[in-house]
Order: sequence, then structure tokens, then C-alpha cells
Amino acid sequence: MHQTIATLSQQLRNGTTSSVELTKYYLGVIKDKNAELNAFVSVNEESALAMAAKADDMIAAGKGGALTGIPLGVKDNFSEKGMETTAGSNMLKGYKPPYECTVLMKLREAGAVFLGHTNTDEFMMGSSTETSVFGSSKNPLDTERTPGGSSGGSSAAVAAGMCAWALGSDTGGSIRQPAACCGVTGLKVTYGRVSRYGVIAMASSLDTVGCLAQSPEDAALILEVIAGHDEMDATTPDVEVPKYSEQLNQDMKGIKIGVPKEYVEGLSDEVKKAFDSQLELAESKGAKIVDISLPMTEYGLAVYYIISPSEVSANLSRYDGLRFGPKSDAEDLVSSYFEARTAGFGDEAKRRIIIGTYALSAGYFDAYYKKALKVRTLIKQDFEKAFEQVDVILTPTVPTVAFKTGSKGSPMDMYLEDIMTIPASVAGIPAVSIPYGEYDNMPLSLQVIGPMFEEGRVLGVAHNMKN
Amino acid sequence: MALTKDEVRHVAKLARLNLTDEEIERFTGQLTGIFESLDKLAEVDTEGVEETSQVTGLKNVAREDVVKPSLDREDLLEISEREKSRGMIKVRKSI
Repeated sequence: MHQTIATLSQQLRNGTTSSVELTKYYLGVIKDKNAELNAFVSVNEESALAMAAKADDMIAAGKGGALTGIPLGVKDNFSEKGMETTAGSNMLKGYKPPYECTVLMKLREAGAVFLGHTNTDEFMMGSSTETSVFGSSKNPLDTERTPGGSSGGSSAAVAAGMCAWALGSDTGGSIRQPAACCGVTGLKVTYGRVSRYGVIAMASSLDTVGCLAQSPEDAALILEVIAGHDEMDATTPDVEVPKYSEQLNQDMKGIKIGVPKEYVEGLSDEVKKAFDSQLELAESKGAKIVDISLPMTEYGLAVYYIISPSEVSANLSRYDGLRFGPKSDAEDLVSSYFEARTAGFGDEAKRRIIIGTYALSAGYFDAYYKKALKVRTLIKQDFEKAFEQVDVILTPTVPTVAFKTGSKGSPMDMYLEDIMTIPASVAGIPAVSIPYGEYDNMPLSLQVIGPMFEEGRVLGVAHNMKN
Repeated sequence: MALTKDEVRHVAKLARLNLTDEEIERFTGQLTGIFESLDKLAEVDTEGVEETSQVTGLKNVAREDVVKPSLDREDLLEISEREKSRGMIKVRKSI
């Protein structure tokens, strides 16, 4: 029964299946597989089935759209009213949001079915789900390997057929890298394209909301519903939301695809060969391959690891343990903050808070944070110049394939995992990861990067590369 | 740049975190390595380059000043299991 949204929504319309039936099917798969994969951290059968029954009524009445009646997984940093939402942290264990994030409100209105919450690295900081308080998820293609992260619960769930699609968030690669690890499609949108109201924040100038899906077409259908201006999120520009799904069949003939040398020169021979075969494929479809250079690429990681922990340290300062989180019996207020925060945050969260607090502290602010914001401008300009020459940029999403859980020795080793996804995040532009071929029995990945608000273009190229 | 244990201890205090001696030791080593790679930025010439703190360029976004319903106090209090008093969450004396 596990099919793309495009297929399932047709089946729901023509009565081949019902949303209740479909929801029961996915709940069954979750029951079978979750003990091994740990993709979902919570499942709510009762509310899922109630949502499905409602969706069936909508469909019977001829209402709704492509997502109506389709079950999805919700990353555990999307506030769902009344449902525990923890961002993978002990700090938020037991926290049941009193309100719902905009994206879930839109999906609820569209008749989508929420199956439960998927695992994430603690406060979205990691590339493997290993920093989650719920323990790491496993890659369904090889359970010794990571599903990637931070949206690793979502990528594992989609790849294992536990849901038709899943929500994710991407700050430096947290949708694209797990999508690449699990062989699914992952869309990171333009900064501000999708509302973040009610989505637990990591780094506010970088965070974006997107999806993990079975195809670029499905991602387009999802984006049509979740994108758009939201007065509850001041960072969402009032830019029209096009019918992305109608932009998919654009002709590849004459499309100019840039391949930045900085992304391919370090690839291993095998991966390079596989990647080149995709360039040949694109050429055979009529695209023109253009060698380009993005000279600031090598500074992306440093810019990211200054800006992101700095904003993390500010965002996580709100967790004081007064309303929820670990309880402290300290005598005075300040000691209670220390106790709650020390017990609430895990190792990686503490490390990033320290990095960020240090980078923002007196004497270092100019050398680190301000400097990083300036180099960010240069990275953004790199892309802008490139897009004067080419329509999209094509790179691998990750340098190889999913790594083995526990194999990254140092924090820096883990940070390097995002080296190819970070520049688009720093520049705030859209990118999609799609799977192709394999290496070491695991899927390889392509990343299609486009100019601001050109989600339709990147999804179109991704769609044409696959079909 | 090499960080000292005292610097890490000081920053942890600013961030309201109690670190054990083992954590201080470990973080000092790890952060020294991390900041050494971040110091790479110093080699970029940014003379006259503007900062980008927000990529889409939106500025001072405000909505119309009209009253809208907000969350209900009782609902908000209910999500916390802490001790409450007179419609508020009770905390320790701060002054």
C-alpha cells in the first residue's frame, strides 16, 4: 500500500482505498518496524484514526486536495497541540504545546493525517539522531548505519514505508543529508518560504521547514499546501505560492546546469564516476553542463559553525526549567537555572551553547560573529553570480553514503558531514536532494540548488533527472 | 587559537551550565580544535563587505495594531506541573 502521495490520493478519490484503511496500514507498519528502527518517538493511533475518518468524509464530499487523507510523520520539533513535543531533548520531556504550529494547522485543515512524531537530534543539532534523548534511529537500508540527521526519524520512516511522507526542518542540511542517507527525496526551501511559527527553533537566521518524501512530485504537492506568508512569522515574505506540481514537466532542453569544481574535486573516484554518469544523463536529456566555481565554498563550514551555535546559544537561553523540564530543588532562582539546564541539555547541546556563548562574548564578537556575517554575504554573492550563468547547480548531497552509527570520532568529524549542504543554507536558497544509483550497497545522492524562491525549478530538474 | 579551561569555565557560567571537571577538560580540547578551524575566516578579505543577518532582506516587519485573541491563561498553566499560586507559576524568590 506504500505509494507516492500522487498515487495514493488518486486511489482515495476513486475509492480503491480509504484514509482509515491507509492509516491502519501505516500504523501496522510502524508497529512492526519501530522497535528496530526507532524512527517514531511517539504514535497516536486514536487521533490519527479520527483524522482519517474526517478525511474520508471530506473526500466523500468532494472536498480537500492531494494531501487529504494521506498519513505523515511529524518531526518532533513541530508543536502539535496537546501532543508531547520535545525536539529530542530531556529539557522538553512531557511538554505538551498549548497551541499548534502554522504548518500543522494548514495540514490539519487540508485533511492530512498525523501518525505521530519522528526522532530528531537534540534541538536539531546533529547529523545522525545520535544526540536524541530517545536514542538514535536506524537506517532501514542497513541498520548498522545512521539514517542521517537531524531529521533522521523522518527519513527512516519514509524509507521504511512507515508513512507516505514526513515533515522535517533544515538548518545546515538536516533534511537533505538524512534524505541522502536513506534514499528518499528531501526538500529544503528558501529561507522564509514556509512558516516556522510554532516550530522549535535551532538557529533563527538559518532554520527552514520542509519535507521528506518519495519523489520530487510529492514534495511539490506538499509545498503547495505548507508554503506561504504567515503573519505569525515575520520572516515569511509575501511571495506568491505557485502550483509547484505544474512546473515539474519543464523541458530539460537548454537548461544550464552548473557543476561547481569545489564540490567535486575532493570526491572519491567511485563517487565521482557515479556523479559523472548523472551529468551524462542530464546531457542526454538536452541539458547543458557548465563548469563553474564557487570560490567561497571552503569557508561555508566556518561561517555556519559560528552563526549557528551563536544563535543556538541565544535560542536555548529561554529554557530556564521554571515551567517544564527537569525540576530543581535549589534554594535560589539562579541556582535552579543552573540545575535545570545542566540536567536538561545533553552533551552536544552544551557544546554548542558554549561555542556560541564564547563567539558572542565581549572581545570575540567582531572576530567571529560579525566576520561570519560578512563572509556569509560573499557566499551569497557567489551563488548570485553563478545563477547569472546557469539555471541550477548540481552537486552530490553528501560526500559518500550513510556512515555507520557511532563511527564519527570527534564533533568536527560529524560537522564535516554537512559540508555540501551548508553553503545553500548560509545563502538561504532552495535545494532538493534525490537518490540515484548506489555505492557500497547504499544510495548515492544528488543535490539540485536553485536561486531564491525557485523551488519549482529545482523540483522540476530533480523530477526530470529521475524520470 | 587555544582556549583555556578557565575560559570554558567562565563561558559555562555565563550560559548557566554546571560542567564537571571532566567536561571542562574535554570541551576545552574539542573547542580549541573547533575554533582553530573557524579561525580560517580571518584569511578572507571582508573590507567594505556588508553583513548579512537576514537573507531575504525583510526589515522591521509589523502587523496592524489590532487586538487579537491570545492563549488562555488556564490552558497555559495546565501544561506545567509546577506549583501554582494565584494564576501564576510559583518560583523562588529572586530579590
